Amino acid sequence: MPKELWKGNEAIAEAAVRAGLEAYFGYPITPQTEILEYLSRRMPELGRTFVQAESELGAINMVYGAACTGVRVMSSSSSPGVSLMMEGISYIAGTEVPTVLVNVMRGGPGLGNIAPAQGDYNQAVHGGGHGDYQPIVLAPASVQEAIDLTVLSFDLAEKYRAICMVILDGCVGQMMEPAEMPEMRPVHRENWDWNTDAKMGKRERRILSSIYIDPVDEEQTNLRLLNRWKTIQANEVRYKEYFLDDAEIVIVGFGTAGRVSLSAVRTAREQGIKVGLLRPITVSPFPYEALDQLSGRVDAFLVTEMNSGQMLEDVRLAVKGRVPVEFYGRLGGVVPFPDEILSEIHRMAKVKLGTDVHPRDAWLERMAHIV
Amino acid sequence: MATENLVYDRPEGFTDTPTHYCPGCTHGVAHRLVAEVLEEMGVIEKTIGVAPVGCSVFAYNYFDTDFVEAPHGRAPAMATGVKRVMPDRIVFTYQGDGDLASIGMGEIVHAAARGENITVIFINNANYGMTGGQMAPTTLPGMKTTSSPNGRDVETQGYPIKVSEMLSTLDGVGYCVRRSLHDPKNIRLAKKAIRMAFETQARGLGFSMVELLSTCPTNWGMTPVNSLKFVEEHMIPFYPLGDYKISDAIKQIKI
Repeated sequence: MPKELWKGNEAIAEAAVRAGLEAYFGYPITPQTEILEYLSRRMPELGRTFVQAESELGAINMVYGAACTGVRVMSSSSSPGVSLMMEGISYIAGTEVPTVLVNVMRGGPGLGNIAPAQGDYNQAVHGGGHGDYQPIVLAPASVQEAIDLTVLSFDLAEKYRAICMVILDGCVGQMMEPAEMPEMRPVHRENWDWNTDAKMGKRERRILSSIYIDPVDEEQTNLRLLNRWKTIQANEVRYKEYFLDDAEIVIVGFGTAGRVSLSAVRTAREQGIKVGLLRPITVSPFPYEALDQLSGRVDAFLVTEMNSGQMLEDVRLAVKGRVPVEFYGRLGGVVPFPDEILSEIHRMAKVKLGTDVHPRDAWLERMAHIV
Repeated sequence: MATENLVYDRPEGFTDTPTHYCPGCTHGVAHRLVAEVLEEMGVIEKTIGVAPVGCSVFAYNYFDTDFVEAPHGRAPAMATGVKRVMPDRIVFTYQGDGDLASIGMGEIVHAAARGENITVIFINNANYGMTGGQMAPTTLPGMKTTSSPNGRDVETQGYPIKVSEMLSTLDGVGYCVRRSLHDPKNIRLAKKAIRMAFETQARGLGFSMVELLSTCPTNWGMTPVNSLKFVEEHMIPFYPLGDYKISDAIKQIKI
């Protein structure tokens, strides 16, 4: 397919269509609304299902119902809307039905604003809904990656009967870039052994529920889900490496923070500073092992995020205090400039770094001029 | 030799599951009516039920059909998702008054407004049964519950919601009636209504709902017989039985 100019949100919508999306249920919220608008035209023209729900709560439960029948289904929203969906997400996790959810993140908490942010990392990666469950979470940094990861999200959701979330900040959702669409895959209804599609007397009846009223059964279910998660951790970790071979300082950033960091890394390299970038693509499962190995041969890490250091804690878990981990974040809808990250690289290359102060505290002090 | 005629048996729409409902509760009657209707219409094998949260949370144990279990109040949204991708299946929700008229009010109103081709069986027993008899949106003025111990004071606790009357104002609704389960005559009328509701769906004539006035002897603190009397003497005057909306196309249906 030739490259075309696509807006991130619309690209995600078309990519989902080409991945065989049969039903979309959503609710308008900025900066995600173009996904809903695009599909309100595209789905009916293909004879597929589109419903604008009464709320995100309605939307996620429509998704839940359709997912139980075994078809490819998705919703999309932005931070406050995703919060409202958390009830349904927990039920979907407990019922083990494949579901794709896109979160185009904006500034928060609360109503916040409509500017790009990454403040929902913890909500997505470390739960958000009640109970023990782990979603797969993919974080694109470009329109092309948003397309590719949207397609992948359907395959992963079905492979593991799990929720697959694609989290992107408003930058990726709103910007236009040349990108290549995949071929149109035909809509295909798999002959699952679990879905409730009322197969006209061809099999025993099926029930899909998240109820395990006997605690022993619930414990067994939780353990089964955990074992499935271990398989996902073993097989599905994805990340991208830049200039890591001889790197002495390694930046870790996802989505737009990772992309802005790459600009800073390129400039620093031109200046002779040995710095590289590891950009997680799956923020869940998180690339703990890759960071663990890197921590044995580099001098320091810099975590860059558009939040107050949520992924930072996961990087610290992987690095285990072997080398200093620094943090630089902009939050509330502010996007860092490459220059800001370059200054951090310069600072780290110059001063002796320690591990005794929590990197978030040290960063807060450096941010004092803003606060 | 004496001949035996079988006059009463489990409908085919039922599984072989003993009831978990309290003695005298009319959930069992409502379940049976739905199962009989599904059997008579020959649609058991293509039916998908959506269970609620509340006393009927285990509805899926009784009906011999595919079933999904919704979060509290969300059954109409879940049923929308099922029906939109499987339009040739019969999809119904079975919901109590806390589920449908309180936490799920948004979902039921919008499913009705969209004219979703689903059937809703709505059990109105004027309280939250499963959690032990708290005040529901349908609790009668002055009625004592565990969360309105001095009787529902409408000044501070608001007025009951008449769901059938309210939903009947929506254009997407094809069939919306209120019946009662307090005596055999009314049970027969309730069954006819349930049949009409499912026929509405089978013909794609829009949203259908049957509200069933029901008993809760355990939480009302009454004998089963007195509970039936309570429905007749106190609930029906407040929640009048009747056809709140039957669209012209549905009036033509002869069964």
